Amino acid sequence: MRTLAPPTLAAGAGALAGPGTAVPVADPPPLISLQGAGVRFGPREALRDVTLQLRRGDRIALVGANGSGKTTLLRLLNGLVAPSSGQRRLHPPAGGARRGPVTAMVFQRPFLLNFSARRNLALALWLAGVPAAERGARVDEALARVGLLAQAAQPARALSGGQQQRLALARAWAVRPDILFLDEPTASLDPSAKREVEALVEAFGQAGMALVMSTHNLGQAKRLASRVLYLDAGRLLVDCPADDFFRRTDLPPEAAQFLRGELPWTS
Amino acid sequence: MDALAQSLGLALRLVADADPALWRIVALSLRVSGTACALGAGFGLLLGAWLAVARFPGQGLVVGALNTLLALPSVVVGLLVYLLLSRSGPLGSWGLLFTPAAMVVAQSILVVPLIAALTRQLVADALREGGDELQAMGAGRLLSALLLLAHQRLAVLTVLLTAFGRAVAEVGAVMVVGGNIDGVTRVMTTAIALETSKGDLPLALALGLVLLGVVALVNLAVALARARGAGAPGPALAGAAAG
Repeated sequence: MRTLAPPTLAAGAGALAGPGTAVPVADPPPLISLQGAGVRFGPREALRDVTLQLRRGDRIALVGANGSGKTTLLRLLNGLVAPSSGQRRLHPPAGGARRGPVTAMVFQRPFLLNFSARRNLALALWLAGVPAAERGARVDEALARVGLLAQAAQPARALSGGQQQRLALARAWAVRPDILFLDEPTASLDPSAKREVEALVEAFGQAGMALVMSTHNLGQAKRLASRVLYLDAGRLLVDCPADDFFRRTDLPPEAAQFLRGELPWTS
Repeated sequence: MDALAQSLGLALRLVADADPALWRIVALSLRVSGTACALGAGFGLLLGAWLAVARFPGQGLVVGALNTLLALPSVVVGLLVYLLLSRSGPLGSWGLLFTPAAMVVAQSILVVPLIAALTRQLVADALREGGDELQAMGAGRLLSALLLLAHQRLAVLTVLLTAFGRAVAEVGAVMVVGGNIDGVTRVMTTAIALETSKGDLPLALALGLVLLGVVALVNLAVALARARGAGAPGPALAGAAAG
């Protein structure tokens, strides 16, 4: 992997700031780290030797061609698959009694149960261990957040595609995750629904959630991400700030070729 | 032809007059098959849900055996239950043979493979669609399966109605373990067999009409359930596999 630049502007923690000097910023604490992690599905190596740290405040776009390992990396980070090699470590949030960060994931095609929108959210909160007394208010708050309060009693599966994706975002947001994983969340939406979902993702990021999103849409990566991970054939080739990824000329040839293919006007 | 028309006329009159003997038989049939389905559902739904998510060596063989049991002849179930409940059998001391309870046991055994096999397929299909998402929300495998049963409740209802149709229309098991005792274990199918052999065609035909009516109602319920919810498995099978 080539780390082209550190993902944050961090300097050593605890450095003293003198007059006229920039205040050094400490690295935000890591939430999840991978050390030489690989994932195998039978004979196929879907991911190999990935090392990275996911930190509070990160807004990461995973990019790469089909089959490059984006979804597998998302699933590995979220614990839906175990590493076949290497390590995945969860870091307890500072001051919390939990063993690891709270995570939520939104899929390309959200799976909503055959219940009302409200009950889908309440069920997610129940699964997350939220006390019954808190659930009602949090459900209403989350539905209002995505503009679906009026549709609370409607069957979730009768909502439009964009509304279903917003409901899936509300379901994820309601559990107040430290990290939100998004697997191509706008891939099957029309432009209007896409804009709505992007605005919500942007707002969630500003609210302090770490975001990790796989996408084929480099414009979206530019708009939403602060850090880009480029994968090729299961290897993490680039991990750099988003601005650098789109500007630098010393990208590995695979990444440069991918960018030329996706953004032909940049070459 | 005259005899058939005459018998049919008498049969319709028996139905229309709400003949007490006829309705006693019908009521026992519905009670036995309804109870058997309720018991079979309790076991079959859990077994099917568990088989959809469990991973153990030989699972394929178990699923294959379960699917094979879909074609289990009812008379073979009757024979097995008879051997269990007969005086010299391991459960002979319970004294259940030739009682409605024995018929419930036999029909429960008959419908469990049907309910479990269809439920397993139902849950497995739904897991492919939403298993990852439920897991990401924190649901374990068995809890995911149970949630998907609730998610697919209309399809589950279809499965249960199909099982009821199979139970209420079978004759072999209840004949062997019930004995077709008048007023005690006589149900629609065994009564039809007996009355036909005695030559009492009007009563046999009346019972046949009621049985057809019950199965038709079950199929209507299945169709309504399927119309309300997508994803129900296969065509309605009520009565199709009875024997």
